[in-house]
Amino acid sequence: MRIRPAVTQRVAVSFMWLLAAATVGILLFMIVFILWKGLPEITWGFLSESPRRMGREGGVFPMIVGTLWVTGLAVLLAAPIGVGTAVYLTEYTREGRLTAAIRFGADCLAGIPSIIFGLFGLVFFVITLGMGFSILSGALTLALMVLPTIIRTSEEAIRAVPRAYREVSYGLGSTRWQMVARVVLRSALPGICTGIVLSIGRSISETAAVMLTAGSALGLPRSIFDSSRTLSLHFYLLSHEGISMEKAYATAAILILAILAINLAAAWLMRRFAPKAR
Amino acid sequence: MRKLSPFVTSLLGMALAWFGGAGCGRSQENAVNVIGSTSILPFAEMLAEEFHRQNPGIRVKVQGGGSTHGLQAVTNGTAQVGMCSRSLTPEETGLTAVTIARDGIAIVVHPTNPLAGLTRGQIRGIFSGRLTNWKDVGGKDQAVRPITREEGSGTREAFTHLVMGKERIAANAITQESNGAVKELVKTDPGAIGFMSLGLVGTELKALAVDDVAASTAEVLSGKYPLVRPFLFVMKGKPGEPAQRLIDYVLSPAAQQLLEKEGLVRAQ
Amino acid sequence: MVALTAIAGLALITAFIFKEGLPFMMKVGAKDFLLSDEWRPKEAKFGIFPMIVGSLVVTAGAMVIGVVFGLGVAILLTQFCSPRLVSVLKPCIELLAGIPSVVYGFVGVVVLVPLIREHLGGPGLSVLAAAIVLGIMVLPTVISISVDALQAVPRPYYEGSIALGATEWQTTHMVTLRAARSGIVAAIILGMGRAIGETMAVMMVAGNAIALPRSPLDSVRTLTSTIALEMGYAAGDHRRALFATGVTLFVVIMILNSAALALSRRGARGARSR
Repeated sequence: MRIRPAVTQRVAVSFMWLLAAATVGILLFMIVFILWKGLPEITWGFLSESPRRMGREGGVFPMIVGTLWVTGLAVLLAAPIGVGTAVYLTEYTREGRLTAAIRFGADCLAGIPSIIFGLFGLVFFVITLGMGFSILSGALTLALMVLPTIIRTSEEAIRAVPRAYREVSYGLGSTRWQMVARVVLRSALPGICTGIVLSIGRSISETAAVMLTAGSALGLPRSIFDSSRTLSLHFYLLSHEGISMEKAYATAAILILAILAINLAAAWLMRRFAPKAR
Repeated sequence: MRKLSPFVTSLLGMALAWFGGAGCGRSQENAVNVIGSTSILPFAEMLAEEFHRQNPGIRVKVQGGGSTHGLQAVTNGTAQVGMCSRSLTPEETGLTAVTIARDGIAIVVHPTNPLAGLTRGQIRGIFSGRLTNWKDVGGKDQAVRPITREEGSGTREAFTHLVMGKERIAANAITQESNGAVKELVKTDPGAIGFMSLGLVGTELKALAVDDVAASTAEVLSGKYPLVRPFLFVMKGKPGEPAQRLIDYVLSPAAQQLLEKEGLVRAQ
Repeated sequence: MVALTAIAGLALITAFIFKEGLPFMMKVGAKDFLLSDEWRPKEAKFGIFPMIVGSLVVTAGAMVIGVVFGLGVAILLTQFCSPRLVSVLKPCIELLAGIPSVVYGFVGVVVLVPLIREHLGGPGLSVLAAAIVLGIMVLPTVISISVDALQAVPRPYYEGSIALGATEWQTTHMVTLRAARSGIVAAIILGMGRAIGETMAVMMVAGNAIALPRSPLDSVRTLTSTIALEMGYAAGDHRRALFATGVTLFVVIMILNSAALALSRRGARGARSR
């Protein structure tokens, strides 16, 4: 008995819709689950106090500070280098061995698992360079992790700038640097910022590498040489060791809200970016 | 570019303020890093909070990672004090150890487990994988699931030394990396059995009697409970002033009383 | 120049890991290290075979879910979806990618593990749990790269097929998928790379037993978990063994990534030349 193609199509498409619904369902389940259990616990006190009794009481202020510092520093280090590399690759060289090598390097870096970054960070930054478990070690390691993302998105953004812009700029008599800085980068800015925003999201979620480099101290860090616990690590410890499920959910809720905000920011930036690329 | 500038300058400004405020280089002079055993961790954290209240100028930062991790941190200078929940091995030279308390190792099972106690031989049999069903030791007809700690754990070391003897822990035992994680797992799995710090058991798990001696701090104090190990604070060479003040505080009667209230036994 | 930092960073990491790990592997003998199934650092036994199997089995399981769900959603997005729905589905996929791995692991422990334990038996912390959690985690990777591959198929292919009287689904599985084949394989391979490299979520739901798994309900340890669990305190030979584990991981992922890149480049070149 031959089945009519229309029927096969109906079955196939329905099946795929089921898969899609399941995927979205899982996502919604996770987000709702965490927010529902965690939001009630987020009070101003939770956000501004330090943890007491290992995190059973009190808040997560030091973790928020620690996360901001580690992420901020990492992006601060990686952004100029990443954008610079992208500019170099697109504007200042011709396609050749060197650019292929740089791109290969960046792609490889992107594929390395986070635990290997942690391994490297621990042995190189923490022990060999003597930085100890510190925000600095964590930030340097994270910077290496997000570098490929920034390079890739910046490169795409710069490439998307229409040739015409560059030619007009030259036509008006600018130098290459003026053209790059004032024309290309300005129009590629939303795309570049999207990459940076995505890197921030990646850094906030990172746990394995941070665990081995920034340590897990509970106190408020006073300088970048202090060890500090990030929100994701704090959540891991609170939940995995059963210290306090309520606080764990609350910490996770903060993380989820941050990710939502970051994705919204990235989406908004993309929308600003898209019209120009026409 | 115009949009970035104020953002970047304010960031740089914050960074400079941070650096300036913290003083140059490593502000470690009045900080004590305490790293190591997850068994000692909650108690150390509690003591650190109390110590800081009495000595506001000294900051004590406590982290976990396991006993062996703590010893290494002390050896390579990352920490001033290492927390170790087992005795030092002969190879671990160059370190000074101070006993700050004693703790029992509890053999824990799910609260619905009908057994009241096991002999050391039975425990050894279960963890080595020889005994695979609870009915082999007088319990329900259910598979036994032994839970162990990672190899660098002081608790595991002490357990191996005190219970396993020459036998190894089964390769298919589930591994968790802290007391808390073991507790969480045993709490939810009716067939599970694990070992953890007695002081951290709390009320959600059942601690089995070992060789007919109940697992309680009273029995640890009396010396009858067989699974006892020291909690050590370990230092390399002569400790700096802040670290010494911390040790003195921890050994003081007030601190020892605090520890006893939380379920440990004093160092004696 | 600034641009060389990327390669410099990569070179540094590679050099470090290989420097520590390779001599150890040579000393112990690569064959023994990779194929021996006893990992007991205290007794100086460093066979990582159970972990290799663990990683492979968990990844294979994850890819079953990743491919079925991922490819399905990708096809739906590119061939059967209205633009409005696409603008709803796409952000969802991106959101899925942003959720921290520890949250995935946590939901896995709280929801999935008890389900498996009560209804299927075993400790719950198992290959199955890890495969499911990882499968969901690699979905964004598989979907986005497959979508790119499917969208790169030239429109004339689609139109030609429809003109010949095929339904959309027939066109999809007989024409479009075949044309996008190398890109889709690249997506799967990159998904595999992501799954093999994941640490936290797997550590939370796989159980970390160092024995070879005999069923999907058995507890298992992966290469990544071994490093994460023991790196904090390993010294001497043990630490070098962990680096060697890192080397193994590194090599496997590099091979996967290079294969994926080569495939996607071939696909792009092929589409352009047709």
